[in-house]
Amino acid sequence: MEPADLAAREHEESGTNWRKFFGFSTDHKVIGIQYLVTSFFFYLIGGALASAVRTELATPDADFVSPDLYNSLFTIHATVMIFLWIVPAATGGFGNYLIPLMIGARDMAFPRLNAVAFWMIPPAGILLMSSFFVGAAGSGWTSYPPLSIINGSKAGEFIWILSVLLLGTSSILGAVNFFVTILKMRIPGMGLNQMPLFCWAMLAASALILIGTPVLAGALILLSFDLIAGTAFFNPTGGGDPVVYQHMFWFYSHPAVYIMILPVFGMISEIIPAHARKPIFGYRAIAYSSLAISFLGLIVWAHHMFTSGTPAWLRMFFMIATMIIAVPTGIKVFSWLATIWGGKLRLNSAMIFGMGFISMFVVGGLSGIMVASVPFDIHVHDTYFIVAHLHYVLFGGSVFGLYGALYHWFPKMTGRMMNETWGKVHFALTFIGFNMCFLPMHKLGLEGMPRRVAMYDPKFTALNVVCTVGSYILAVSTIPFLVNAAWSWLRGPKAPDNPWQALTLEWMTSSPPPVENFYKDPVLASGPYDYGMVNALVIRQKMMKGKEATTERKTPSGIPLNQLKASDLLGGSSSIVQSASDAEVEAQTLQDEDPMLSGGPNSVLRAKPDPEEAVNPDDRQDS
Amino acid sequence: MKIPSNITTLIAGIVLTLVSLWVGKNHGLLPVAASEEAALVDGLFNTMMTISTGLFFIVEGVLVYSIFRFRRRPGDNTDGPPTHGNVPLEILWTAIPAVIILIIGVYSFEVYNSMGGLDPMAAHGHSMQQARKMPGSAIAATLDENTQQAAPTPTEQIADGVGASPDKSANPNLEVNVTGLQFAWIFAYPDSGVTSGELHVPTGREVKLNISANDVIHAFWVPEFRLKQDAIPGRTTELRFTPKTVGTYPVICAELCGSYHGGMKTQVIVQTPEEFDAWVQSQQEVASAENLDRALAINPQAMSTGEFLAPYAGEMGITSDTLEQLHASHHHQF
Repeated sequence: MEPADLAAREHEESGTNWRKFFGFSTDHKVIGIQYLVTSFFFYLIGGALASAVRTELATPDADFVSPDLYNSLFTIHATVMIFLWIVPAATGGFGNYLIPLMIGARDMAFPRLNAVAFWMIPPAGILLMSSFFVGAAGSGWTSYPPLSIINGSKAGEFIWILSVLLLGTSSILGAVNFFVTILKMRIPGMGLNQMPLFCWAMLAASALILIGTPVLAGALILLSFDLIAGTAFFNPTGGGDPVVYQHMFWFYSHPAVYIMILPVFGMISEIIPAHARKPIFGYRAIAYSSLAISFLGLIVWAHHMFTSGTPAWLRMFFMIATMIIAVPTGIKVFSWLATIWGGKLRLNSAMIFGMGFISMFVVGGLSGIMVASVPFDIHVHDTYFIVAHLHYVLFGGSVFGLYGALYHWFPKMTGRMMNETWGKVHFALTFIGFNMCFLPMHKLGLEGMPRRVAMYDPKFTALNVVCTVGSYILAVSTIPFLVNAAWSWLRGPKAPDNPWQALTLEWMTSSPPPVENFYKDPVLASGPYDYGMVNALVIRQKMMKGKEATTERKTPSGIPLNQLKASDLLGGSSSIVQSASDAEVEAQTLQDEDPMLSGGPNSVLRAKPDPEEAVNPDDRQDS
Repeated sequence: MKIPSNITTLIAGIVLTLVSLWVGKNHGLLPVAASEEAALVDGLFNTMMTISTGLFFIVEGVLVYSIFRFRRRPGDNTDGPPTHGNVPLEILWTAIPAVIILIIGVYSFEVYNSMGGLDPMAAHGHSMQQARKMPGSAIAATLDENTQQAAPTPTEQIADGVGASPDKSANPNLEVNVTGLQFAWIFAYPDSGVTSGELHVPTGREVKLNISANDVIHAFWVPEFRLKQDAIPGRTTELRFTPKTVGTYPVICAELCGSYHGGMKTQVIVQTPEEFDAWVQSQQEVASAENLDRALAINPQAMSTGEFLAPYAGEMGITSDTLEQLHASHHHQF
């Protein structure tokens, strides 16, 4: 049905050009894939560290690694998984790849900044890994003083601070870009309420990054002064207060949980309706609940500190605020269920990971309400109950969602289909391994096993062995995925432009999309989730015809549009604005002549409305 | 939708409620409750467990049912019904979580209050004069602070943590000063002068722990009491509870405190009041015996070098004969 020749030609072009993925590219799609591959690489490293941690915990004694190394293992495991896997994959990876495509823009608002943000990650990651040579940080990813000031090697702790600062900076730069891109670069006719829900989620997550991350940077810089300059901001021997650090740390690090889960909520809101073949249930409720979670996420941080000497009235405030988050989260979960209900579910790998996300995240959500309750949290704080809870949110939630998103958008990114059978094997192994690994931890924590210990009471051995076996299954479960992804990328069947018959704009271009994304500026002809509505299909076919008609269009400088590379537009002195002869381009005066530096409604990277089909009446010409 | 399922739904709802209630009572996830406050926390957890079980089965039930009932039939490439939303339904499922968290919130508040969680603030406000006990701290070294610590009065002491429950008197029956250090706990009983590595408490009497730390942050946790409080260097926190069940329970450090964090544990021994008094007595005897020893110890600075070295020389087996031989060999060399 779909014209496959386009996709094939495009693939050949990118096939000869694989080197672009290893260089400084300003194409948001290249950067997105760079983010995804890099962060998945670090996910494997973080997973290896986790396997070492579980191997140590297979027996009650500290016999596999030394207690110091054990502390470093779980510290670096958490740091890698948060700062080098989920945050960069969810915001940097999918955010970069999808946002411009979904809003019909040709690139992000600040393409060079975007590349800079990515290229801060590999050095920071390598720095963090190299700290094992000098004795890596071992005070937990929270790095509470005074322990972090006096524990183990100062070099390791300092490297940890440095790399987290770098990763935080990268995350801030990315967030600025998303914010401007989403607010200023949407195609005409796409109001905020016509955006795909992933854009709403990224907007909410970017706000959290912009507000929270600088505070973490402040805390870490003060901590580094305590560490190397002998100041006493947090060191009680000099009159400092260690609890102040905890406030500053959690002011970022609780919102960080939402930075990790909100984009995934957005991905699920894309995946579920496309494969259930139904409009998303309650678009505005889901969109605005993202904002509500984002706001509430900023005022709940002290629930991590119920036992650290927080005044009583403050504990009550943070308990109530935390519990209120259950309301917007509940709205989302019920809306997804209602979207699934009565649909025609295509149970492919993306969909089963999406449904797996809902089923696992709900466990983390329920235990989240429990630990919000102060009297109960006093019992389970810093125990394996918390370890179970956070993994149900961040693995059962974020990682399941990320896998679902990888299966869903893989054809768009690579132009190849993934193997469904191996996708299902991957899901089964992940689901079984995950629950075996983390479900017993609830009981361990309630019965009295604290977290971050290398040796534990022998009465907990049996359950710990189950957890360790589960973790090995989880480790093995990545193999089918890796093989499937690698093989499909090279040899998989060619993907049509829109294999899932989805309605968001990224599916209206070829797979993979050309440089600058669209052969012809897209128009918003249907809502992002108008499944089952009569005109949606008609409009989609009309747009496909339009696309074919314009594939031969050329840029003003004579390069066929479908063979265009970013360098043709962005390098050199001939910007397309200057050489364009159309009078309408004249009218679009740029704030800055250099397209790299320009943003906003007049940006050359922004699509123009189609007078025939534009949704916004202002952009339509009746003639 | 065809609903011959009014009755099916009703039955499913009843079964779900019964299962949830049963799970809430019989989950068997918590260890024995050894303090009076622990029972309150358990009641709260059981309630939350009941509600969570219900919600869990609703969500998973919908997912599993959908997989079988709504899966795409082969050859069917049409879309589902274009339902965009349903305002009453959305209001309903906004209201349900809101009501649930209201119930859990009020219940948590009640439990927290009757455990005494609100007391530390009510009793003494938030003073900036935090008890700084760190050795080496210039502020802590003032005489004023030291005398204050020797006899802490409830109104002056900073106390974050869990305090006296409203129906208990302001003064606890037994006070214990708890100090955490890498990697041990020290329990000092200011009333009787006893110091111990294990915590002994009597049943039925309210105990107040004044918790502090010497080096890094530790956390005092007794799972059987459902109580945990960080031990923070530079400030004192408090925990109050009334032990109920005789037995020996672990005291665990729950805040990462260094390499051997996992090994930092001791025991709390809940005894009958008689046994407890006997234990205090025996400890006082040991302590006084130790004091006698200390009184007999010699001040080395008051002795000459010979006097000081004599016992060591004796231990090494150096007699006047060996000294003679030394002298002899000395002469041979020249």
